[in-house]
Amino acid sequence: MKSAIILIFFCGAICYAHQISSIELINNAREYDGKNVVYVGEAVGDVMTRGDFAWVNINDGENAIGVWLSKELAGEIKFTGSYHAQGDHLEITGVFRRNCIQHGGDMDIHAQGIRKISPGRIVSDELDTSKRNFVFIFLAILCLVLIFVRRQRSR
Amino acid sequence: MRFSVFLKTMILKPQLQDLKNIGYYSGKIIIGISLTMLVPMVIGLLFAEINPALDFLIAAEIALLISLILTKLCFTEKDLNWMQGMVVVSLSWLAAMLLAAIPLYLSGHWGSYLDACFDTMSGFTTTGLTLVQDLDHISYAHNLWRHFTPFLGGQGIIIIAISLFMKGRSGAFKMYVGEARDERLLPNVIHTSRFIWLMSITYLILSTLVLGIIGIAIGMKPVNAFFHGACIFMAAFDTAGFAPQSQNILYYHSLVIEVITIVIMLLGAMNFNLHYRIWTGDRREMWKNIETRTLCITVLLTFLIVIIGLNQVGSYPRALIMFRKGFYQLISGHTTTGFMTIYARQFIDEWGNLALLGLICAMALGGGACSTAGGIKMLRIGVIAEALKQDVKRIILPERAVVEQRMHHLKEIYLEDKQVRASLLITISYLVLYGIGTLMGMFYGYSFLDSLFESTSAAANVGLSCGITVPSMPAGLKLTYIVQMWAGRLEFMSVFTLIGFFIAAIKGK
Repeated sequence: MKSAIILIFFCGAICYAHQISSIELINNAREYDGKNVVYVGEAVGDVMTRGDFAWVNINDGENAIGVWLSKELAGEIKFTGSYHAQGDHLEITGVFRRNCIQHGGDMDIHAQGIRKISPGRIVSDELDTSKRNFVFIFLAILCLVLIFVRRQRSR
Repeated sequence: MRFSVFLKTMILKPQLQDLKNIGYYSGKIIIGISLTMLVPMVIGLLFAEINPALDFLIAAEIALLISLILTKLCFTEKDLNWMQGMVVVSLSWLAAMLLAAIPLYLSGHWGSYLDACFDTMSGFTTTGLTLVQDLDHISYAHNLWRHFTPFLGGQGIIIIAISLFMKGRSGAFKMYVGEARDERLLPNVIHTSRFIWLMSITYLILSTLVLGIIGIAIGMKPVNAFFHGACIFMAAFDTAGFAPQSQNILYYHSLVIEVITIVIMLLGAMNFNLHYRIWTGDRREMWKNIETRTLCITVLLTFLIVIIGLNQVGSYPRALIMFRKGFYQLISGHTTTGFMTIYARQFIDEWGNLALLGLICAMALGGGACSTAGGIKMLRIGVIAEALKQDVKRIILPERAVVEQRMHHLKEIYLEDKQVRASLLITISYLVLYGIGTLMGMFYGYSFLDSLFESTSAAANVGLSCGITVPSMPAGLKLTYIVQMWAGRLEFMSVFTLIGFFIAAIKGK
């Protein structure tokens, strides 16, 4: 019975929460403080495990916000954004804290659930041929100037 | 006498030899800049980042080409005079900005070449304001370069050249002074430069190890932990405020990282002379020195203002949290670092006017003289305070009494009027610079307090932002902040000399 009530409460909280951007959250932090929010973005950097919990920073294209979540939920994240990878695109449902008491006043979201909207992937670094050509052109000019300078010196 | 007549009669037009000297020594410094670009290039190759490595190779080639042409065309064996030394310094800083911006612009993470120049000037001047886009996906090579620029600029671009290419010339000292370093640690300026590098590299290795181990302990991947450790050290010790991720220090969600960065920021804001004394075993100097004492007093006073302001607004639910957030931002501002553990917008929305004003005062005052910090500097504030004390004594004591004011900075010094005059002149110059940036901000439609905050942050080479510095801000304001960062870092003299040089070239006889 108790777990059923918790489940109903949790589902209700999720239903009432609405998707909010980082700018909206940061600019109206007082308004959203302590409320359930749905925040969508890419997991970036490291998934930093701290005991039974973990920190993951979620970037929605404007800002990144720290999300505090259980180790199990964090385990679902396979890719995080970096130069070599596109991170998992996640929908975070949780409580937004303007100045979280538990975390030294950080602005964060305590996740209750995450949903993978799209999985991340490795991004290959293909050679930019125009850059390669510029390297050779400048190298050739540099060699010519060096030869000219040496000849002048030997005279 | 009209100013133009004065200029025509008093200023000598630069001669060909002046241009040759300036060109030759600027070329030498550009060689140093091109060599430093090989570091991120190697890092790029190590992390299999082909295109970023090419960005740095292109930029290094261009820099080398320019330096070769300059040193060839302007070859000279004559030493620099004071005017030439100052002009070389200010021009070299502009050249460094333009050349170092090439790889950043080629990365595609900066909206325009101006934005890339803004970031390199911000880096070299150890400011930390940034216009980078999508930082969380930037390559290791470019990210390292962002943090390497403050490491080069903080110790001094000229110091690199002096350490590598100069051989006991008095011109080296003139350039050293032009870079706002009027104190020598050792009798020889070349040995001084080498000591500064030795000390910085030792701190870099130790701090990278410590921060790397802590990074692993807080859950980061080992490679990232050590890479971030090196970057964070360079940004903290050189009081720059760049960070490898878009959330700055907030990314780590770690009290330990905050405490360690506070220690490194304070070390960075300390006079190199004090470091030297501590390294050579004279620890008492640390507590006797007027700069340390002034810093303690100004930190206490400004922190008091910040805490009263934050308490008035009631943004933070607990005193401990208010202390943690308030103290971190204050130390970051006072040491002119610019690390943040809050979002830029929170300064405006949650700090209130009084706390912001306290922080602006701290930023304006700055760190130690002959350190990597910006702002007015503790030594000047100390000198002005001592002069005030002397004048008050003169009023109180009988007219016949001889009033002498002593202070301790490396040795016992009797305060002289010329010292007070020099300190006041530079202080006034800084205040005018803060004011000009504020006016420009207001001209572009920002509020007074926002404009004052951002302007002070730029001119004092701090890097804290209340949200004005974004890629979409007006180009005029970007240029204003670039000039403020440049003039603030070089402490005006070499910038004034460069302006004078151009006026003389046009109007001189």
